[in-house]
Amino acid sequence: MTSPQPRVGVLRFPGACDDRDALWALSALDAEAVFVWHTETELPDLDAVVLPGGFSYGDYLRCGAIARFAPAMEAVVEYANAGGFVLGICNGFQILCEAGLLPGVLRRNESLTFVCRDVPLVVERTDTPFTVRCEEGQTLTIPVKHGEGNWYVDDDGHAELEARRQVVLRYAEPVNGSRNDVAGVVNERGNVMGLMPHPEHAVDPLLGSADGALMLSSLVESARARFVATV
Amino acid sequence: MKATVLVRPKQGILDPQGQAVESSLRQLGFSVDGARIGRVVDLEVDAADAATARTQVEQMCEQLLANPLIESYEIELAEPPA
Repeated sequence: MTSPQPRVGVLRFPGACDDRDALWALSALDAEAVFVWHTETELPDLDAVVLPGGFSYGDYLRCGAIARFAPAMEAVVEYANAGGFVLGICNGFQILCEAGLLPGVLRRNESLTFVCRDVPLVVERTDTPFTVRCEEGQTLTIPVKHGEGNWYVDDDGHAELEARRQVVLRYAEPVNGSRNDVAGVVNERGNVMGLMPHPEHAVDPLLGSADGALMLSSLVESARARFVATV
Repeated sequence: MKATVLVRPKQGILDPQGQAVESSLRQLGFSVDGARIGRVVDLEVDAADAATARTQVEQMCEQLLANPLIESYEIELAEPPA
Protein backbone atom coordinates (compact mmCIF):
# COMPACT_ATOMS: atom_id res chain seq x y z
CA MET A 1 0.00 0.00 0.00
CA THR A 2 1.33 3.41 -0.86
CA SER A 3 1.28 6.11 1.77
CA PRO A 4 -1.30 8.84 1.19
CA GLN A 5 -0.09 11.86 -0.77
CA PRO A 6 -0.49 15.14 1.05
CA ARG A 7 -1.49 18.09 -1.08
CA VAL A 8 0.86 21.06 -1.05
CA GLY A 9 -0.08 24.37 -2.66
CA VAL A 10 2.56 26.48 -4.41
CA LEU A 11 1.53 30.12 -4.73
CA ARG A 12 2.14 31.81 -8.08
CA PHE A 13 2.66 35.54 -8.15
CA PRO A 14 3.45 37.53 -11.27
CA GLY A 15 7.25 37.75 -11.29
CA ALA A 16 7.82 34.47 -9.46
CA CYS A 17 10.50 32.30 -11.05
CA ASP A 18 11.03 29.33 -8.76
CA ASP A 19 7.41 28.16 -8.67
CA ARG A 20 7.98 25.35 -11.18
CA ASP A 21 11.10 24.14 -9.38
CA ALA A 22 9.20 24.07 -6.09
CA LEU A 23 6.31 22.18 -7.70
CA TRP A 24 8.70 19.70 -9.32
CA ALA A 25 10.70 19.13 -6.12
CA LEU A 26 7.60 18.59 -3.98
CA SER A 27 6.16 16.17 -6.57
CA ALA A 28 9.47 14.28 -6.68
CA LEU A 29 9.28 14.00 -2.89
CA ASP A 30 5.88 12.35 -3.12
CA ALA A 31 3.49 15.24 -2.52
CA GLU A 32 0.58 16.17 -4.74
CA ALA A 33 1.80 19.66 -5.55
CA VAL A 34 -0.67 22.15 -7.04
CA PHE A 35 -0.35 25.77 -8.13
CA VAL A 36 -2.49 28.44 -6.48
CA TRP A 37 -2.89 31.63 -8.53
CA HIS A 38 -2.37 34.88 -6.62
CA THR A 39 -5.88 36.19 -7.34
CA GLU A 40 -7.59 33.25 -5.63
CA THR A 41 -9.47 34.42 -2.56
CA GLU A 42 -9.68 30.94 -1.06
CA LEU A 43 -7.14 28.15 -0.88
CA PRO A 44 -8.13 24.68 -2.07
CA ASP A 45 -8.00 21.89 0.51
CA LEU A 46 -4.25 21.86 1.33
CA ASP A 47 -1.96 20.16 3.86
CA ALA A 48 0.81 22.75 3.44
CA VAL A 49 1.56 25.94 1.50
CA VAL A 50 4.82 26.99 -0.13
CA LEU A 51 5.58 30.56 -1.19
CA PRO A 52 8.30 30.17 -3.81
CA GLY A 53 11.16 32.45 -4.73
CA GLY A 54 11.26 35.05 -7.45
CA PHE A 55 10.59 38.74 -7.86
CA SER A 56 6.88 39.09 -7.22
CA TYR A 57 5.52 42.34 -8.65
CA GLY A 58 9.02 43.23 -9.79
CA ASP A 59 10.19 43.78 -6.19
CA TYR A 60 8.70 47.27 -6.56
CA LEU A 61 8.72 49.50 -3.49
CA ARG A 62 10.24 46.81 -1.21
CA CYS A 63 10.55 43.12 -1.96
CA GLY A 64 7.38 41.32 -0.90
CA ALA A 65 5.58 44.57 -0.03
CA ILE A 66 3.03 44.37 -2.85
CA ALA A 67 2.58 40.59 -2.87
CA ARG A 68 1.46 40.60 0.74
CA PHE A 69 -1.74 42.33 -0.40
CA ALA A 70 -2.51 39.73 -3.08
CA PRO A 71 -5.94 38.15 -2.48
CA ALA A 72 -4.37 34.71 -2.02
CA MET A 73 -2.19 36.08 0.79
CA GLU A 74 -5.24 36.89 2.90
CA ALA A 75 -6.17 33.23 2.61
CA VAL A 76 -2.59 32.22 3.49
CA VAL A 77 -2.65 34.41 6.63
CA GLU A 78 -5.91 32.75 7.65
CA TYR A 79 -4.43 29.33 6.89
CA ALA A 80 -1.34 30.09 8.99
CA ASN A 81 -3.39 31.47 11.87
CA ALA A 82 -5.37 28.21 11.87
CA GLY A 83 -2.10 26.31 12.37
CA GLY A 84 -1.44 25.30 8.74
CA PHE A 85 2.16 24.77 7.63
CA VAL A 86 3.54 27.61 5.51
CA LEU A 87 7.06 27.69 4.07
CA GLY A 88 8.40 30.83 2.38
CA ILE A 89 11.52 30.50 0.27
CA CYS A 90 13.57 33.61 -0.60
CA ASN A 91 10.94 36.03 -2.00
CA GLY A 92 8.42 33.90 -0.08
CA PHE A 93 10.34 34.68 3.12
CA GLN A 94 10.30 38.38 2.23
CA ILE A 95 6.53 38.24 1.68
CA LEU A 96 5.92 36.45 5.00
CA CYS A 97 7.93 39.13 6.82
CA GLU A 98 6.05 41.96 5.09
CA ALA A 99 2.76 40.19 5.92
CA GLY A 100 3.73 40.10 9.58
CA LEU A 101 3.64 36.30 9.77
CA LEU A 102 7.38 36.22 10.49
CA PRO A 103 9.54 38.65 12.44
CA GLY A 104 12.00 41.03 10.82
CA VAL A 105 12.60 42.31 7.33
CA LEU A 106 14.96 41.39 4.49
CA ARG A 107 17.15 44.27 3.40
CA ARG A 108 19.64 44.84 0.61
CA ASN A 109 22.74 42.65 1.04
CA GLU A 110 25.44 44.43 2.98
CA SER A 111 27.81 44.05 0.01
CA LEU A 112 25.16 45.58 -2.32
CA THR A 113 25.88 42.70 -4.70
CA PHE A 114 23.68 39.80 -5.69
CA VAL A 115 24.94 36.61 -4.08
CA CYS A 116 24.50 33.33 -5.96
CA ARG A 117 26.33 30.28 -4.61
CA ASP A 118 26.07 27.18 -2.46
CA VAL A 119 26.27 28.05 1.23
CA PRO A 120 26.73 25.92 4.34
CA LEU A 121 23.87 26.14 6.84
CA VAL A 122 23.67 24.80 10.36
CA VAL A 123 20.36 23.26 11.49
CA GLU A 124 19.56 24.58 14.95
CA ARG A 125 16.16 22.94 15.43
CA THR A 126 14.69 19.67 14.28
CA ASP A 127 11.37 19.92 16.11
CA THR A 128 9.73 22.00 13.37
CA PRO A 129 7.57 20.65 10.52
CA PHE A 130 10.29 21.85 8.14
CA THR A 131 13.30 20.09 9.65
CA VAL A 132 12.09 16.81 11.19
CA ARG A 133 14.29 14.83 8.84
CA CYS A 134 17.44 16.82 9.68
CA GLU A 135 19.76 16.38 12.63
CA GLU A 136 20.51 19.11 15.12
CA GLY A 137 23.88 20.69 14.38
CA GLN A 138 23.90 19.15 10.91
CA THR A 139 25.45 21.26 8.15
CA LEU A 140 23.38 21.46 4.96
CA THR A 141 24.67 22.77 1.66
CA ILE A 142 21.93 24.68 -0.16
CA PRO A 143 22.25 27.48 -2.74
CA VAL A 144 21.25 31.09 -2.18
CA LYS A 145 20.54 33.59 -4.94
CA HIS A 146 19.36 36.95 -3.77
CA GLY A 147 20.11 40.65 -3.63
CA GLU A 148 18.03 41.27 -0.54
CA GLY A 149 18.63 38.58 2.06
CA ASN A 150 20.08 40.70 4.80
CA TRP A 151 17.66 39.81 7.58
CA TYR A 152 17.22 42.46 10.23
CA VAL A 153 15.30 42.84 13.46
CA ASP A 154 15.98 45.34 16.26
CA ASP A 155 17.94 44.44 19.43
CA ASP A 156 14.94 43.59 21.62
CA GLY A 157 13.24 41.61 18.89
CA HIS A 158 16.43 39.74 18.20
CA ALA A 159 17.03 38.83 21.84
CA GLU A 160 13.44 37.57 22.17
CA LEU A 161 13.72 35.54 19.02
CA GLU A 162 16.94 33.84 20.07
CA ALA A 163 15.52 33.16 23.56
CA ARG A 164 12.47 31.48 21.99
CA ARG A 165 14.76 29.51 19.67
CA GLN A 166 13.01 30.78 16.56
CA VAL A 167 16.20 30.60 14.52
CA VAL A 168 16.08 27.29 12.66
CA LEU A 169 18.91 27.77 10.15
CA ARG A 170 22.07 29.80 10.46
CA TYR A 171 24.72 30.46 7.83
CA ALA A 172 28.00 28.80 8.80
CA GLU A 173 29.81 31.78 7.23
CA PRO A 174 28.82 35.39 6.50
CA VAL A 175 26.67 35.56 3.35
CA ASN A 176 24.71 38.81 3.17
CA GLY A 177 25.10 40.76 6.42
CA SER A 178 22.13 39.02 8.02
CA ARG A 179 21.87 39.63 11.74
CA ASN A 180 23.74 36.91 13.66
CA ASP A 181 23.94 35.01 10.34
CA VAL A 182 20.25 34.10 10.49
CA ALA A 183 19.23 32.17 7.37
CA GLY A 184 15.81 30.86 8.40
CA VAL A 185 13.30 31.57 11.17
CA VAL A 186 9.98 30.20 12.38
CA ASN A 187 7.10 32.02 14.02
CA GLU A 188 6.48 31.54 17.73
CA ARG A 189 3.96 28.77 17.11
CA GLY A 190 6.39 26.97 14.82
CA ASN A 191 4.05 26.42 11.85
CA VAL A 192 5.38 29.19 9.57
CA MET A 193 8.97 29.26 8.34
CA GLY A 194 10.94 31.50 6.02
CA LEU A 195 14.44 31.01 4.66
CA MET A 196 16.60 32.69 2.05
CA PRO A 197 18.36 29.53 0.71
CA HIS A 198 16.56 27.47 -1.94
CA PRO A 199 15.95 23.86 -0.87
CA GLU A 200 14.00 23.26 -4.11
CA HIS A 201 17.23 23.80 -6.08
CA ALA A 202 19.05 21.11 -4.06
CA VAL A 203 16.99 17.95 -4.27
CA ASP A 204 19.26 15.85 -6.45
CA PRO A 205 23.03 15.18 -6.31
CA LEU A 206 23.13 16.15 -10.00
CA LEU A 207 22.28 19.69 -8.92
CA GLY A 208 25.28 19.80 -6.59
CA SER A 209 23.48 18.85 -3.40
CA ALA A 210 20.44 16.92 -2.26
CA ASP A 211 20.37 18.53 1.17
CA GLY A 212 17.36 20.65 0.27
CA ALA A 213 15.36 17.44 -0.08
CA LEU A 214 15.82 16.86 3.67
CA MET A 215 13.89 20.05 4.35
CA LEU A 216 11.20 19.65 1.70
CA SER A 217 10.65 15.98 2.57
CA SER A 218 10.34 17.09 6.21
CA LEU A 219 7.53 19.37 5.10
CA VAL A 220 5.91 16.63 3.00
CA GLU A 221 6.13 14.20 5.93
CA SER A 222 4.61 16.74 8.33
CA ALA A 223 1.89 17.55 5.80
CA ARG A 224 1.19 13.83 5.38
CA ALA A 225 0.81 13.38 9.15
CA ARG A 226 -1.59 16.30 9.17
CA PHE A 227 -3.48 14.91 6.19
CA VAL A 228 -3.79 11.44 7.76
CA ALA A 229 -4.93 12.96 11.04
CA THR A 230 -7.77 14.81 9.31
CA VAL A 231 -9.05 11.92 7.16
CA MET B 1 -4.41 67.57 -3.20
CA LYS B 2 -0.72 66.92 -3.87
CA ALA B 3 1.19 65.02 -1.22
CA THR B 4 4.84 64.10 -1.06
CA VAL B 5 6.05 61.28 1.13
CA LEU B 6 9.71 61.03 2.11
CA VAL B 7 10.73 57.56 3.26
CA ARG B 8 14.11 57.26 4.94
CA PRO B 9 16.13 54.52 6.59
CA LYS B 10 15.67 54.98 10.35
CA GLN B 11 18.50 56.41 12.37
CA GLY B 12 20.94 53.73 13.44
CA ILE B 13 19.93 51.41 10.59
CA LEU B 14 22.89 50.55 8.41
CA ASP B 15 22.45 51.96 4.91
CA PRO B 16 24.97 50.31 2.58
CA GLN B 17 23.64 52.26 -0.42
CA GLY B 18 24.25 55.53 1.39
CA GLN B 19 27.75 54.38 2.32
CA ALA B 20 28.55 53.45 -1.27
CA VAL B 21 27.32 56.81 -2.57
CA GLU B 22 29.23 58.64 0.14
CA SER B 23 32.46 56.90 -0.77
CA SER B 24 31.90 57.72 -4.46
CA LEU B 25 31.31 61.37 -3.60
CA ARG B 26 34.55 61.40 -1.64
CA GLN B 27 36.39 59.90 -4.58
CA LEU B 28 35.07 62.81 -6.64
CA GLY B 29 36.72 65.13 -4.14
CA PHE B 30 33.65 66.22 -2.14
CA SER B 31 33.96 66.40 1.61
CA VAL B 32 30.76 64.67 2.73
CA ASP B 33 29.54 62.58 5.59
CA GLY B 34 26.38 60.76 6.65
CA ALA B 35 24.88 60.06 3.20
CA ARG B 36 21.58 58.20 3.52
CA ILE B 37 19.33 57.04 0.70
CA GLY B 38 15.57 56.98 0.91
CA ARG B 39 12.76 57.40 -1.57
CA VAL B 40 10.18 59.98 -2.57
CA VAL B 41 6.57 59.15 -3.38
CA ASP B 42 4.49 61.88 -5.04
CA LEU B 43 0.75 61.43 -4.80
CA GLU B 44 -2.46 63.14 -5.80
CA VAL B 45 -4.91 62.51 -2.96
CA ASP B 46 -8.63 62.86 -3.36
CA ALA B 47 -9.64 64.41 -0.04
CA ALA B 48 -11.92 67.23 1.10
CA ASP B 49 -9.34 68.96 3.30
CA ALA B 50 -5.73 68.80 4.40
CA ALA B 51 -6.45 66.97 7.67
CA THR B 52 -8.31 64.18 5.87
CA ALA B 53 -5.58 63.94 3.26
CA ARG B 54 -2.90 63.72 5.94
CA THR B 55 -4.76 60.95 7.78
CA GLN B 56 -5.12 59.01 4.55
CA VAL B 57 -1.46 59.36 3.62
CA GLU B 58 -0.43 58.32 7.14
CA GLN B 59 -2.45 55.14 6.69
CA MET B 60 -0.77 54.56 3.32
CA CYS B 61 2.64 54.91 4.97
CA GLU B 62 1.81 52.53 7.80
CA GLN B 63 0.29 49.91 5.53
CA LEU B 64 2.47 50.03 2.46
CA LEU B 65 4.79 52.92 1.69
CA ALA B 66 7.19 52.41 4.62
CA ASN B 67 8.25 49.43 6.67
CA PRO B 68 8.21 50.77 10.25
CA LEU B 69 10.89 48.28 11.33
CA ILE B 70 13.56 50.04 9.28
CA GLU B 71 12.05 53.19 7.78
CA SER B 72 10.67 56.49 8.97
CA TYR B 73 8.49 58.77 6.88
CA GLU B 74 7.55 62.42 6.54
CA ILE B 75 4.49 63.77 4.77
CA GLU B 76 4.33 67.11 2.99
CA LEU B 77 1.01 68.42 1.72
CA ALA B 78 0.90 71.10 -0.94
CA GLU B 79 -2.06 73.41 -0.42
CA PRO B 80 -3.88 74.04 -3.69
CA PRO B 81 -3.44 77.62 -4.98
CA ALA B 82 -6.22 79.90 -3.71
